[in-house]
Amino acid sequence: MRVSNGSTDLPSFRDSLFWQVRLKWLILRTAMEERLVYRGDFAFATLVRFLPIVTQIFLWGAIFRGVTSKDGSPAGDTTTELQHYRYADMVAYFLLVMVARAFSSMPGLATGIAESIRNGSVRKYLLQPVDMLDYLFWHRVAHKLIYYAVATGPFALVFWLCRSYLPAWPSGIVMTAFMISLVFGFVIGFLIESLIGLIAFWFLEVSSLIFIYMMLNYFLSGHMIPLEWIDGWIPWIHYLPLKYLAYFPAAVLLGRIPESDLPDELLIQATWIAVLLVANRVAFHYGVRRYGAFGG
Amino acid sequence: MIAFLGPNGAGKTTTLKLLSGLIVPTSGTATVMGHVPWKRENAYRRRFSLVTGQKEQLWWDLPAQESFRLHKEIYRVSEADYRQRMDELTSLMDVRDLIAQPVRELSLGERMRMELIAALLHRPDVLFLDEPTIGLDIISQRRVQKFLRSYQAEQRITVILTSHYMKDIEALCDRAVVINRGSVIHDGPVSEIGDRFSQHKIVELQFAAGGVPSDIEQFGDVLEAGSPMVRLQIPKKDVSESLSRMLARYTIDDVSVSERPLEDVIAELFSFENGPRDESE
Repeated sequence: MRVSNGSTDLPSFRDSLFWQVRLKWLILRTAMEERLVYRGDFAFATLVRFLPIVTQIFLWGAIFRGVTSKDGSPAGDTTTELQHYRYADMVAYFLLVMVARAFSSMPGLATGIAESIRNGSVRKYLLQPVDMLDYLFWHRVAHKLIYYAVATGPFALVFWLCRSYLPAWPSGIVMTAFMISLVFGFVIGFLIESLIGLIAFWFLEVSSLIFIYMMLNYFLSGHMIPLEWIDGWIPWIHYLPLKYLAYFPAAVLLGRIPESDLPDELLIQATWIAVLLVANRVAFHYGVRRYGAFGG
Repeated sequence: MIAFLGPNGAGKTTTLKLLSGLIVPTSGTATVMGHVPWKRENAYRRRFSLVTGQKEQLWWDLPAQESFRLHKEIYRVSEADYRQRMDELTSLMDVRDLIAQPVRELSLGERMRMELIAALLHRPDVLFLDEPTIGLDIISQRRVQKFLRSYQAEQRITVILTSHYMKDIEALCDRAVVINRGSVIHDGPVSEIGDRFSQHKIVELQFAAGGVPSDIEQFGDVLEAGSPMVRLQIPKKDVSESLSRMLARYTIDDVSVSERPLEDVIAELFSFENGPRDESE
């Protein structure tokens, strides 16, 4: 048997960092190339994803018109408030939720992990000297970057068309907090979905779990309605990580969170990232020990 | 190159999964090159490859060369080594013109050759091959066999091969480990499997005139009869006596005695109800 060759010697820390960065870049690049193979389909799917916001704008317009006619205000009164939200606030909120979800939603991540565990293709992450979560993370970053490249134009158009509903340009601090909350939202979204996917090491099939998560996410992240509307009934809603997936970035930019509270909120968001990261690592560590490597 | 043989369910693939760290044993231990495989240390993972018939290392929608590039980074292969190895492997595998084609457009045999290249780019010290030629046509099987033989001879790596195609085993391996019911029942040269486990020999006779005698069946099972040749399967213990009787009784031009094909011996070996019988015991 040959002894190990030179290219596999234990590298110094600097060498290791160099290879790590190169690897992440190549995963990113390869995943972007893969995403662009079916670019026509991808571009079409991206554009279709703007349809729900159009229906939401009309829906909430109808709701507000109904309310103004009921309480005796002149029809179309723009000052009428529902739970402290005027119609313009509502449109702005949903536009910003759309931006937040463009970062935090992870279509196919949990199902993809579960499927790879079930059909055995997860083995490539176990056989090769690569960290599965790291690999999938950069893979997802690539998908998001391509998505933003395609969606930036339509996003800009929608925001320009709805400019009258948007609040004044925020301060630098708020803008910075908004950007950080989006990036953190991406990481939290990734970690929650990957955690659900890893549960497949125990149950193999997690589609029901994913469905339940999607339902809870829709209600508890603020995707359906602003969280202030339901936190009277569900006071613990603000202790969950889900609010950082949609509500929180929107609330930051709309100025609904005092600037003085922003550092603490971002710290809590970062803490959730740490907690979810540890949970992912633990799930992977024990999950792999249960892995049966099915499929030949 | 070591053949790892056993009937379905004997644990061949499970053993390879254990040795490659894919699964963790409930008890017991094993070390490969000083590493406990299921600890999955990167230092170990950089020194072996597992190739199965599943062919899952390559990105389906991209040319194979993109997957090779990614492997280069994953295994930290220097640019110079990468170029030299790519040149060597694509030439040996005869796929130089195919590496720029999306993997989904390649045939099964071409994909397997690409998988082997991906598995060997980092020059592993140990290569686990689990049914590498399953589903391949005869041309592709031979090409893969030829490649493995010349690569192993040149690089002197350890290859552990499981295959149901005995042609693979005969063509590639000198040593065979045979397992059944959780025990190793043979560990030695492939050529000794027939000696140890076969209960029959093949006797081929060519008759001088008059064709194959009608009463030839009394000496053994007729496997093939086409005047003036006949192939008989005769119990090992009866070969000498049967041959003397036949030579005395018929006019025979030529005679040859050989072992049964490995495939038949293995099939017989694993079909025993109460475990195999070692003829040498």
